[in-house]
Amino acid sequence: MKPHISELWVYLATSPLLWLAATLLAYQAGHALYRRAGSHPAANPVLIAIAVLVALLKLTHTPFEHYFDGAQFVHFLLGPATVALAIPLYAQMKRVRALLLPMAVALVAGCLAATFSAVWIGRWLGASPAVVMSLAPKSVTTPIAMGVAERLGGIPSLTAVLVIVTGILGAVCARPILDRLRVRSHAMRGFAIGLAAHGIGTARAFQESEETGAFAALGMGLNGLLTAALLPLVI
Amino acid sequence: MLFAFTQLLLFQLAGEMIAHGLGLTVPGPVLGMALLFIFLVLRGGPGHELQTTCQNLLQHLSLLFVPAGTGVMLHLHLLADQSVPIAASLAISTFVALAVTALLMKWIAGRRSEA
Repeated sequence: MKPHISELWVYLATSPLLWLAATLLAYQAGHALYRRAGSHPAANPVLIAIAVLVALLKLTHTPFEHYFDGAQFVHFLLGPATVALAIPLYAQMKRVRALLLPMAVALVAGCLAATFSAVWIGRWLGASPAVVMSLAPKSVTTPIAMGVAERLGGIPSLTAVLVIVTGILGAVCARPILDRLRVRSHAMRGFAIGLAAHGIGTARAFQESEETGAFAALGMGLNGLLTAALLPLVI
Repeated sequence: MLFAFTQLLLFQLAGEMIAHGLGLTVPGPVLGMALLFIFLVLRGGPGHELQTTCQNLLQHLSLLFVPAGTGVMLHLHLLADQSVPIAASLAISTFVALAVTALLMKWIAGRRSEA
């Protein structure tokens, strides 16, 4: 009386459990590989997890909507996690106060530089208008970027992907770039990483130091606020 | 843990309500972060429970981006068709954003400390 394997598959494929478990497993596999690679930034756990999951979904002909029924429980935690970033921020309040002016100027300049360089290069190399508008908010955290892209006439789900690629790029390249530019202050490194590469950059910044991470959270939060307020006006 | 998580959700909820109520383009969670920050300033810091819960949640922050990132499978064609402009735009603008922000901050902070 052994149930047929295909029946088992039908049962599992209809419950959110399977893809929720797969998401957690893929991420932990990614993390294990990252550790194995001596924390080399190119072995980014998010990138590995996404590659594994896309391959699995393609192989099993599972539509993304179906996958998301399970994965949404992880996705949901992005909201409370964003709120939780207030904690490391508070811990660095003294440093924040000391750097208020340079931070404010760098914020506006960095936000405009991130947006317009993405838009101009995309246009210049012949990306379609919808893609260009999806590129515009790619430096800010996923929920903000998707909302902004929608207002600008971009494709929100494409923006989500571009945001994540940007985050991974930032996480991978930030260290060599900032070292090369001789930016040594943890606060400045963190602020730049958070502004350019949102939550994924911030996660990476916390590995450098608590201070780098806190300023990354600040850069991400402020750029999110500014981008959401400014982009619909200037584009 | 339970109470701290409830607090986070309540701050997010308050943020969402403000954002939707006033028709703001800023997302609820970011306003929620601002509200929690103000709350911490007024209260003089987080309690032990909130501190540890947030640390645990943030420890695996990058995991939370995996579901949205897996959405790449919906756009593989579009990405392949326009791979050059998209790749160039993302790579160069990420570099520009990092460099502009960090160097400008360093320059202004340096000028101020000289003055």
